[in-house]
Amino acid sequence: MAAPRSFVWSRRIFLTVLAAFVALPVFVMVSSSLKPLQDVTGEFRWIPSGLTIRPYFDIWETVPLADYFVNSLIVAGAATVCSVVIAVFAAYAVSRYTFRGKRVFTVTVLSTQMFPGILFLLPLFLIYVNIGNATGIALFGSRGGLILTYLTFSLPFSIWMLIGYFESVPRDLDEAATVDGCGPIGALFRVVVPAAIPGIVAVAVYAFMTAWGEVLFASVMTNETTRTLAVGLQGYSTQNDVYWNQIMAASLVVSIPVVAGFLLLQRYLVTGLTAGAVK
Amino acid sequence: MTTTISTPAGQAGVRGKAPGTARGPRRPGRLRRIGLPYLLLLPALALELLVHLVPIVIGFVMSFKELTQFYLRDWTAAPWTAFDNFSVAVDFDAPVGRGLLHSFWITCLFTVLSVGLCWLLGTTAAVYMQETFAGRGLLRALFLVPYALPVYAAVITWAFMFQRDNGLINHVLHDQLGLTDGRPFWLIGDNSFFALLTVSVWKGWPFAFLIVMAGLQNIPKELYEAAALDGAGMWQQIRRITLPSLAPVNQVLVLVLFLWTFNDFNTPFVLFGKAAPEAADLISVHIYQSSFATWNFGTGAAMSVLLLGFLLLVTGVYLFFTSRGRKVSHV
Repeated sequence: MAAPRSFVWSRRIFLTVLAAFVALPVFVMVSSSLKPLQDVTGEFRWIPSGLTIRPYFDIWETVPLADYFVNSLIVAGAATVCSVVIAVFAAYAVSRYTFRGKRVFTVTVLSTQMFPGILFLLPLFLIYVNIGNATGIALFGSRGGLILTYLTFSLPFSIWMLIGYFESVPRDLDEAATVDGCGPIGALFRVVVPAAIPGIVAVAVYAFMTAWGEVLFASVMTNETTRTLAVGLQGYSTQNDVYWNQIMAASLVVSIPVVAGFLLLQRYLVTGLTAGAVK
Repeated sequence: MTTTISTPAGQAGVRGKAPGTARGPRRPGRLRRIGLPYLLLLPALALELLVHLVPIVIGFVMSFKELTQFYLRDWTAAPWTAFDNFSVAVDFDAPVGRGLLHSFWITCLFTVLSVGLCWLLGTTAAVYMQETFAGRGLLRALFLVPYALPVYAAVITWAFMFQRDNGLINHVLHDQLGLTDGRPFWLIGDNSFFALLTVSVWKGWPFAFLIVMAGLQNIPKELYEAAALDGAGMWQQIRRITLPSLAPVNQVLVLVLFLWTFNDFNTPFVLFGKAAPEAADLISVHIYQSSFATWNFGTGAAMSVLLLGFLLLVTGVYLFFTSRGRKVSHV
């Protein structure tokens, strides 16, 4: 059916304004990262007085950005892998079995979404320090502690979404596999997981983004050597100068991996949400 | 609409009976069959316990203790104070309580506005982009960028745009449009509320857009065809079919947006630094700030517990009123 003109026009106007709103910071980020310092410390200019790619070289010198990058990559990568594997097992149990405590489990998992992060910041800090004192396993200040924390941040949402996704995989498929001699775990990995790839990818993207973007725990629980990008970017404002062009360049550099990954995989995210969260 | 919602529950009902009846005596050992789901849940359960539930219990215990910096080394040794921390937190005539109450109201207002705007923008955009037109794919990718950008990178850029002397916002408002006298401050003073709201909506609406887009795919095409046959125009179809069909999706969406916005720490923390201006003093940052500034973690814990209580109450009431007559699928 052809859309009426009133619809087409209101759509054009609305989407144009919205696109401008969305794109504005992206424009500022890209253009400012290519400006000389006097352009970003002085009055804002739409058209820069000169173009330079110097900020992209300087960012690695002003702060040890490469180290932060590696830290973020390790932390977010490990948290993602662990969280996806754990969520797959848990979601499989909930979607395929009836057992006592199932309802309690799902409700508890869901309700952890409700907890303000600030509520367990200090207790977690105490727990990590105490575990460190008792066992010698350094959790506080280490990447391990951060990985452990982050993987549980995305876990509830991942489990919840995967349950929905696994339920959309016909039961007959994995029951047939069980009859053909697969164990339940075999059926999970040979039938359910392959059929649920879009949902799993969506969950992985979400987990990675959560870990890559987290600020609160990163700023309390890291030290000089384990600092992530979230904290590291604050290093570009010194007492005397704020290197806005370098901040923008660094922001762009740290955003590219997640934005590129997200845009490549967004199709999966939408399908994943359709099957998982929305039903 | 009804079919989509009731399917999971319906299937679950059938499924409940299936395993036992089909296989009879040849099924594997009973113990293994019963133990397996617990085994599969074990890692998730252990981690949830360690990182969420135990800290909450500890936070609860902390809220009854006089936990100042002297006791941080061995927090269990801190003296019990019964409800002292709570009475300090809710004594609205004293500075601490007044600050908390102020920050609570600010957060409520902020959350209502932010969630409302995010929902409105997300739903409108999703409905408009339901049918194909030139450039739709590109636009959709652009709209997801705020969601994909790491919080600190995006918010730092906004902080730059809101700078008084060298930011884009004042340049446009004052230099180019002449709308303001002089260059207002955006990151301190009363304007900071609007600055925070802008950033929060910019960052949050794509999630609403994503969810509503996904929800729209579940509306059967036949509904629209039937309505078109009956002579309903585009606008009528949107009002009579699209929006009502989205109701179950919206119920979940609004709840999730509410919880995320109410608890948001990252946005104000990156935008304003450790101490937010009074007009934009969201409760998470307020609790963080008052715990670390005074080193009185007992009171901070009491505030957190009160906050959790409030969120539980609101969520409970919300779920009670929205899920009546409807089963939330896999809960």
